[in-house]
Amino acid sequence: MSIPLSLTVNGKAVTASVDPRMLLVQFIRDHLRLTGTHVGCDTAQCGACTVHMNGRAIKSCSMLALQVQGAEITTIEGLGGQDGELHPMQAAFRECHGLQCGFCTTGMVMSAVDLLKQNPKANEDEIREALDGNICRCTGYHNIVKSIQFCQSGAKASA
Amino acid sequence: MTDMSVPPMSSPIGQPLRRREDHRFLTGAGQYTDDVLMPGQTYGVFVRSPHAHARIGAIRTDAAKKAPGVVDIVLGSELVDAKVGGLPCGWLIHSKDGKPMNEPPHPVLAWEKVRHVGDQVALVIAETYLQAKDAAELVEVDYEELPAVIDTTKAASSSTLVHDGVPHNTCYDWGHGNKDAVDAAFKQAAHVTTLDIVNNRLIPNAMEPRAANAVYTRHDESYTLYVANQNPHVERLLMCAFVLGLPESKVRVIAPDVGGGFGSKIFLYPEETALVWASKRVGRPIKWTADRSEAFLTDAHGRDHVTKAELAMDAQGNFLALRVKTIANMGAYLSTFASSVPTILYATLLAGQYKTPAIYAEVQAVFTNTAPVDAYRGAGRPEATYVVERIVEQAAREMKMDPAKIRRQNFITEFPYATPVGLTYDVGNYAAHLDKAMEMADVAGFAARRQASEAKGKKRGLGYSCYIEACGIAPSNIAGALGARAGLFEAGEVRVHPTGTVTVFTGSHSHGQGHETTFAQVVAAKLGIPVDNVEIVHGDTGRIPFGMGTYGSRSLSVGGTAIVKAVDKVIAKGKKIAAHLLEAADTDVEFENGEFKVKGTDKKVPWGSVSLTAYVPHNYPLDKLEPGLNENAFYDPTNFTYPAGSYICEVEVDTETGKVKIEKFTAVDDFGNIVNPMIVAGQVHGGLGQGLGQAIMEGCHYDPESGQLLTGSYMDYAMPRAMDLPNYDIATTVTACSHNPLGVKGCGEAGAIGSPPAYINALTDALGVKEIAMPATPERVWRAANQQAA
Repeated sequence: MSIPLSLTVNGKAVTASVDPRMLLVQFIRDHLRLTGTHVGCDTAQCGACTVHMNGRAIKSCSMLALQVQGAEITTIEGLGGQDGELHPMQAAFRECHGLQCGFCTTGMVMSAVDLLKQNPKANEDEIREALDGNICRCTGYHNIVKSIQFCQSGAKASA
Repeated sequence: MTDMSVPPMSSPIGQPLRRREDHRFLTGAGQYTDDVLMPGQTYGVFVRSPHAHARIGAIRTDAAKKAPGVVDIVLGSELVDAKVGGLPCGWLIHSKDGKPMNEPPHPVLAWEKVRHVGDQVALVIAETYLQAKDAAELVEVDYEELPAVIDTTKAASSSTLVHDGVPHNTCYDWGHGNKDAVDAAFKQAAHVTTLDIVNNRLIPNAMEPRAANAVYTRHDESYTLYVANQNPHVERLLMCAFVLGLPESKVRVIAPDVGGGFGSKIFLYPEETALVWASKRVGRPIKWTADRSEAFLTDAHGRDHVTKAELAMDAQGNFLALRVKTIANMGAYLSTFASSVPTILYATLLAGQYKTPAIYAEVQAVFTNTAPVDAYRGAGRPEATYVVERIVEQAAREMKMDPAKIRRQNFITEFPYATPVGLTYDVGNYAAHLDKAMEMADVAGFAARRQASEAKGKKRGLGYSCYIEACGIAPSNIAGALGARAGLFEAGEVRVHPTGTVTVFTGSHSHGQGHETTFAQVVAAKLGIPVDNVEIVHGDTGRIPFGMGTYGSRSLSVGGTAIVKAVDKVIAKGKKIAAHLLEAADTDVEFENGEFKVKGTDKKVPWGSVSLTAYVPHNYPLDKLEPGLNENAFYDPTNFTYPAGSYICEVEVDTETGKVKIEKFTAVDDFGNIVNPMIVAGQVHGGLGQGLGQAIMEGCHYDPESGQLLTGSYMDYAMPRAMDLPNYDIATTVTACSHNPLGVKGCGEAGAIGSPPAYINALTDALGVKEIAMPATPERVWRAANQQAA
């Protein structure tokens, strides 16, 4: 059985017919082939699948595709400028070496953008607490926190 | 305290260049194995054992075969009939009695018996992932349950055998060092410190789960395997030569972007092997991606040592001898390098930074009904460092000596230094990093800080760890004599294009380490060309001459050196081309800053003219020189490299709740010369995070009776989150490695090696207790603080 689905992804209208069991992350990765959104666990803990739904960070592994009927979804592919220009948070992660293997990074960046939107003046403890739903195994978080603080400061990244 | 500003462009070496790989990772353009989609793609799901130990009876697949979308189902008995071999172990250890280790079969798909929860029994292949998953549920397996061997310390005495042909569940009982000298030294000792230590079992948890996609191509009867792996050539060699009997020329292994490894993706695993075999039978590509539960159950785990250590000293606290007895858990099967971890990579490091004259280690490796255990970030060296640095700290307390003083007094100060456990340290200056760390940690002000904590009703402690590690395991002939079944060199190719841009093909593999930046900095510096003109290619046996891959912090010291040697060959040939253009003798041409010059004159040709001439050889010495500018090199190191450092951890403990706060963590490392300090700092942070994760919260637990994995998800296994880890104060000192041209040592594992003892030493110092087992959870800390048995 397939059910029609229509929504907006990265500013473009998308219509599809999907299996009711299909998760949003499967729809994003397998149907739309937007593979920047990753799957790192099966218990909604790691946050590698984080995308924005109507402007808020959500875990796309814990929603069915049909639950986002009519919503506006932004994935990592839609965060920066059209010509490959980085969003300030992406630029901050590069500037502060906030990523290593890159696997958790896309979800981490999507969470970080929402984090500062909700709490623009977040202090370090608040930043660390707000990252509870995103696991990184490479960085020890030190430079992830620095990246978010760099973005928060509005400083300009080097080339 | 890394200086992150980029100084004006001089040599790219030593500069914190931002990483070239980051743009693709940050924009979702990275390509990991699960992102690869082939035409005609099918999906594989493994049927796995729900039991730790059982005999396999009938397997009924009729219902599953009729399920929608099912393409094929593969059983272990079919692989046996097809003469598919077992997975090999890459290192042969001999027991004390001279007998070779027990190497029971490691089947690609279990048959006759399953030996751990998650052991793979069948491969179901279907048109979609969900169809494969549904059909796998319909495969019926009859199991006759058997008692399970789980506890590391009870395995050898268990009446249950994991493998029928392996008595006492013992893989080997190995000894290393001079037992008689140690026994004699203990008789002379003024004081002996003893310590019982458990090095807790860990689950690696790279964020990208293991994945593979196997493609068989009929027209040339070849296979292509995409796999999340740290060493694709080793994967290909082991799979072709030992398991599937395929010529390597027909198998291409591609490890594209890989989302972290930490050792767990070094090994040849059953899943990708089954996929490659089945891809020919099915005639279509098969993709398998582990879900996190499978990763917990089947990725090779790490550590799991139980050790008794004794340190003999004279009355002044000089170390006389160290005696260590360790039981190491191998799990159910011997993973690729499992046997080497608690032996060659462990006992050889027991000298630490100290001139202990006599050392003897005994290691008994046992099989249990748990997932295989193999190398995990540090592999043997964290276990050795934990033994040495815990017992040294305890010895200082018993001798009523300052822990920094007892270390300093026993430091090796003259190099090269041959340890009693078989290594020769080439260079080092241990006092330099200890001094720097003590200054950064403000050890002088600790007493006052402790007083302030006590005034608040809290406890404060300070702990040291002066670790050493051995990286870039080598040379191959010595390793071979010690049982290695593989070479330990690295290969590199430097291909100069007509316009002077360069593609470098390296056998090292980057899965987070930033080689595409660091290696480009090295090549650009050597050739005097912009970093942007150098492209680094890795992770593809179809493009790279050969490779041993990335593990053991070897990439820059071994892989980087192979590249440097290839660059040197390019420059040597370039000089001959330039000499012809300049009408000079070869020996009169020198190369500097991207220009070939005739010594002592202003005659010169730029790099780009030489590269173009190599490929458009009109004015060229064709009679004595081949056209082209493309060189290969293999490099087999003459020795290990020996990074070393001093870590200091300061904690404050709330004894009412058992909550511990890391007030300050200082790490000073000597990695030799540094190419990119930003990337090195990142490696240290990550290593520290993993080491502290082990010390503070991580631990793998199996039910001791049923063998069910109790820590099988992120709901149960305590993965460190941002709130759990501190900021780090880090710095470096430098003694350049004496035997590679870059003078580099390796930085990938240091943090994970050095940090656990520093943390536990700080915690036991705070509470005034001898031992707290890792992970030092709040419950264990509370019990220790309140003197209740954990």
